[in-house]
Amino acid sequence: MSTPLFWLGVGCVLWLLGLHGLLTLRNAVRRIIAINLMGSGVFLVMVALAIRERPGDPVLVALVVTGLVVAVSATALALRLSGQLARARKGDA
Amino acid sequence: MTEWLLDGLSWLPLAGGLLFFAAGSIGLLRFPDVYSRLHALTKADTLGFGLVAAGLACRAGSLWEVAQLLLIWLLVLASGATACQLLARQAREEEGDG
Amino acid sequence: MAEGLFDLVLAGLLLMLAGGALYGRSLYTSILLFVTFGLVLALVWARLGAVDLALAEAAIGAGLTGALLFAALARQGRAPEGEFDLACRRRGLAAAAVLLPVLWLMLSSLAPLAERDSPLPELALAALPHSGVEHPVTAVLLNYRAWDTLLELAVLLLALLGARQLGSGRLDTARPWPQLRAWNAHLAPLLVLVGGFLLWRGSSAPGGAFQAGALLAAGVVSLRLAHLLPPLRWSFWPLRLLVLLGLALFLAVAAAGAWLGQGWLSYPAGWAKPLILAIEVAATLSIAASLSLLVVGERREPAP
Repeated sequence: MSTPLFWLGVGCVLWLLGLHGLLTLRNAVRRIIAINLMGSGVFLVMVALAIRERPGDPVLVALVVTGLVVAVSATALALRLSGQLARARKGDA
Repeated sequence: MTEWLLDGLSWLPLAGGLLFFAAGSIGLLRFPDVYSRLHALTKADTLGFGLVAAGLACRAGSLWEVAQLLLIWLLVLASGATACQLLARQAREEEGDG
Repeated sequence: MAEGLFDLVLAGLLLMLAGGALYGRSLYTSILLFVTFGLVLALVWARLGAVDLALAEAAIGAGLTGALLFAALARQGRAPEGEFDLACRRRGLAAAAVLLPVLWLMLSSLAPLAERDSPLPELALAALPHSGVEHPVTAVLLNYRAWDTLLELAVLLLALLGARQLGSGRLDTARPWPQLRAWNAHLAPLLVLVGGFLLWRGSSAPGGAFQAGALLAAGVVSLRLAHLLPPLRWSFWPLRLLVLLGLALFLAVAAAGAWLGQGWLSYPAGWAKPLILAIEVAATLSIAASLSLLVVGERREPAP
């Protein structure tokens, strides 16, 4: 089994693990973690495709570099939203 | 000749370092409470990693690489000690609360 | 053989940590395992030869995301959870039954891709001498696909604006221990130095604006958490300027190119290197300021 194929499979499994978490978990922070895991799975698939030949494909790696920064900013926004939601619920009760 | 000798010598600290890592991991898994686990873990970090770094330094190609290894070792040493303190204090505070 | 074994161990560790991060006993454990997952992922990137990614992931995945999640946990408090999460074994099995066929479908459709060659790397390498930099990833980021990077900075700004609208989020941290303060005070200059080095190196080797910005942000966050920096207010105008600087300079260069030169975001011959460097410096500062504001930014409380 070639290295790209192996890591491609690991990326797919990681993505599905995140999706499984997203489907079954109820806590907002845990769901955000699950979405982050799905993102990591996608990145892993992209990098596995990037190393099909030597030297690696710079286009895919560059996309993942920007993707990491976008992912963390989206996570920050999502966490703020979930915090606000929790506060609103507490206010209702 | 020297290279060959250095290569052979480097195995000694490498093996010792791995031994410390294994012992630390076993301690982490088997010890009962937070403090003794931290105790085992930091031993592995400081001594084990120091030995591995020393072994790798024997195999390094240039003095620059040795200096990099030394810097990494010092950073890991200091941050490991700080993190261990933080975790132990956190554990003690939680005990005090409960 | 040895390499395959290493891959196997690394992948096993990665997936186990991912599972632990999802289904950890308490939220605290989950977050801790997720941070560890980020570190192992950085190792995976290094193993796969994507050093650019390993650098960014170590600063972002392990550093900033961890700080964000712990801050969220502190704000949320020890909310009662568990019953919902732990009593859903049946739902978990059902979801797994649905997802396993999906895995098979994905693998069977993605596996042929692993054998196919892509024409992009050759094109990227062939155009490298004209791009103004020597590192292909930086060339893609700031020359071939500069449009993407520009939009990416805009996304960062949008996320920051959204987080700011949601307001408050005061960070109440306990007074840090002296040892933490001392260590952070020693670490900070080193982080700034490494960030600058990564930025400077980015034109010829792995590194660049994103990695340097993320590292600087991690430094700022750790200084703030050790109370070595005053609170970062959204309203502080130099900070706002820093946040806007990268996008503004990028847009100015793009517009000037469209107006005076050959077109939107195509650099005039001979000017590529200085322009890319200027954009990279501005983008580094912007990314560092935006990320640290996202993590530890505070709002001025209305005067009582």
